[in-house]
Amino acid sequence: MSLGVQPTALSATEPGAPSGESAAGGPAPAGAVEVPWRHRHLLDVDVLSWPEIERVMVTTDAMKEVLARPIAKVPALRGRSVTILFYEASTRTRVSFEVAAKNLSADVVNIAASSSSVTKGESLVDTIRTVQALGAQMLVMRHATSGAPYLAAEHFAGSVLNGGDGWHAHPTQALLDLYTMRERLPSGSLAGRKVVILGDSLHSRVARSNIWTLTSAGADLWLCGPSTLMRGFEAWAGRGAAAGRRFHVTTDVAAALRDADVVMALRIQRERMASGLLPSLREYAARYGLTQERLRLAKPEALVMHPGPMNEGVEIAADVATDPRAVITDQVTNGVGVRMALLYLLAGTLPPAGAHHG
Amino acid sequence: MTADEVRRAVIRISHEVVEKHAGTEGLALIGIQRRGVPLARRLAAAVADHEGVELPVGALDITFYRDDLSMIAQQPVVKGTDIPFDLNGRTVVLVDDVLYTGRTIRAAMDALVDFGRPRAIRLAVLVDRGHRELPIRADHVGKNVPTSREELVKVALEETDGEDAVTIDRVASDVPEPIT
Repeated sequence: MSLGVQPTALSATEPGAPSGESAAGGPAPAGAVEVPWRHRHLLDVDVLSWPEIERVMVTTDAMKEVLARPIAKVPALRGRSVTILFYEASTRTRVSFEVAAKNLSADVVNIAASSSSVTKGESLVDTIRTVQALGAQMLVMRHATSGAPYLAAEHFAGSVLNGGDGWHAHPTQALLDLYTMRERLPSGSLAGRKVVILGDSLHSRVARSNIWTLTSAGADLWLCGPSTLMRGFEAWAGRGAAAGRRFHVTTDVAAALRDADVVMALRIQRERMASGLLPSLREYAARYGLTQERLRLAKPEALVMHPGPMNEGVEIAADVATDPRAVITDQVTNGVGVRMALLYLLAGTLPPAGAHHG
Repeated sequence: MTADEVRRAVIRISHEVVEKHAGTEGLALIGIQRRGVPLARRLAAAVADHEGVELPVGALDITFYRDDLSMIAQQPVVKGTDIPFDLNGRTVVLVDDVLYTGRTIRAAMDALVDFGRPRAIRLAVLVDRGHRELPIRADHVGKNVPTSREELVKVALEETDGEDAVTIDRVASDVPEPIT
């Protein structure tokens, strides 16, 4: 299971944006987006400063304009080889990365571990070495073990982009969620907005990465769910407050949803029942499911979000998922834009295309 | 070039563009980010002034089409493309501040053909400084400024830099000064 990866965010020396720049969470002042991109990998959002997050947002704007063209393709990554290596099943993220890389004219290889030599017992490091020997310059990875992309980064000469590792991080999801909120909220700013993450935060890399980006943006963040699925977050919130990153943890769904600007529902997995963390999905749906009735507690114009895939009728009611306030399909579209932006920015740290690696 | 010379060049080019096209029907201006964009707007304003017609104006960022993207140390910041009209069948006049090697214009043409099939593409620049590396030429030029490769041509525009001016700076190098 977990390699004991701690949320590194709070031990970082860099202060959270709220204690520093007054413009955090709002539209960037002109010139803020000129920050150079120095990250060869993107393994977690907690290494990104607020100006760097802003740069990703602005670059995503440009990518969304490309997506709106008759031919939604630019040659920015021509000659670059991108390998997508997913050890866990996925539809939206895996395809989203493939579409993003192809829209930038990169050459894409998509490997699903279930049909590769991983089934014969090939180790992660050997797989990385093989992929590199086959010419990959950028590697997009998803793995069930927290920390696996960090190990890959140690053995890969190019760029590694984390598509989700265990319960630890899902940086591209947090960035596309942030982009979607800023796109749809009036004023484009999250500062002071009440954002609720409702559901199984304990097993959620989406929740962990969103906590970083949303507290960086100055949002008033609330985590809500059954106490069995919120273990450890109370302590994290306490340490976070010392670093200027405040969020609330509660089991009171009414208090959490009241006057919320954004409600993000997380998927409940059947496995959680088997391990005794939930009595039944029916009870979860009754106590914490996002229904129209519960949504009425939030602001009338509140956004409804979900990283997908959804269990309609469990964490989110079917009529809420199709409500006009739901921006779930926007999240998918913005996901392609954000991933194009990240591939573009990371590619800038690679040696020139055509250079021979040792 | 002084501010007055820039202003007169823009007016002259706006007349030339309409003259070459024998009218304004089907014309469109697309400025290349960054300084080509305010220049394109100024040209459109000048045409509106003497022809009474508002030409469509677009902005084109060629960053993703640069032929040196993989060679430079840092990914350039993207400035944004906005072409709010259909290119098909139109005569598009690309507008930029300085024409040098021609690579920016090649990139711009690659970008344009992804948007549609213009009837014709023309080029208007404020300054042509020579040293073409590709077979590209401007249809309309504000001023021809012969330069050496060690020199830097700086165009300042009121919209982006607070004033209108074109200056040539000598960049320090080991190459001896050329004999004029």
